[in-house]
Amino acid sequence: MPAVLYRIDERLIHGQVVMGWGPQLAVKHYVVVDDELALSLWEQDLYRLGLPETVSAEFLNVEDARARLSDFEDDDRKTMVLTRTISAMRGLAESDGLRGRSVNLGGLYHEAGRTERAPYVFLGQSEEKDLLSLAAEGVEVFARDLPGSRRIDLKDLLA
Amino acid sequence: MSDVELTKGILLSHGGLAEGMVDAVRKIAGLEDGVLVAMSNDGQNPQGLADKVDVLAGSQPVVVFTDLGSGSCALTAQLTCRNHGSRAVVFGMNLPMLLEFVFHRGLPLTQLVPRLLEKGKDGVKAAGPG
Repeated sequence: MPAVLYRIDERLIHGQVVMGWGPQLAVKHYVVVDDELALSLWEQDLYRLGLPETVSAEFLNVEDARARLSDFEDDDRKTMVLTRTISAMRGLAESDGLRGRSVNLGGLYHEAGRTERAPYVFLGQSEEKDLLSLAAEGVEVFARDLPGSRRIDLKDLLA
Repeated sequence: MSDVELTKGILLSHGGLAEGMVDAVRKIAGLEDGVLVAMSNDGQNPQGLADKVDVLAGSQPVVVFTDLGSGSCALTAQLTCRNHGSRAVVFGMNLPMLLEFVFHRGLPLTQLVPRLLEKGKDGVKAAGPG
């Protein structure tokens, strides 16, 4: 079963994901792709605290996750793949890894050098270029923080 | 008479809950500036919020109160308090707990935190149905 959602969200596993998207898409397994978090067992445990008992999570670095993309697609469990950064998602998309897939921008917050594009999406210039590169690699990019909120396609987000 | 180092309270919540709770404490018990500080996770990622909490906390004893036991506020609180002997996190804050904090924040954290938990739990009651 193909992964139900690829999402970029700096908060990773949090309320909007677990209580918003999770039930809507019947997600049973979260794959968190982050090079730093893959090395931090105590932080992984903190993120797991937010999960219902019937739902699992694993934490991988970008290289390992890219190698296992077909596993996520073939998994019987409905799986959501999360990254904290656009660059990590681009890492997964290398060599056509995500061609034909959609990537959801769910939360990139205010920082110096970023411009507000939506209340929950702030982007710097290099990040905007990365998103355009993702789209050029055949990935459909859109912003939506919660399932019921308005979807914003990339071209409108960057307009 | 020795100086007692008073603990500061930092409230982390989704939306405006923290601000509302500080306002409620102020109306009930009065509040000096800086005793309870409200912060929202609106528009923040956990690390950015943790950095702000760190600056606010400084070197004095701190209890970080959060609305939930998991999620971005709880994660932030744990990021800032880990390996800090003078910081504690209390999850699931409510008004009875915060009032207890205001009146007993001169206690050492080892005594204060159990009191907060007890008051917080005791504050949850029901009447009815029937």
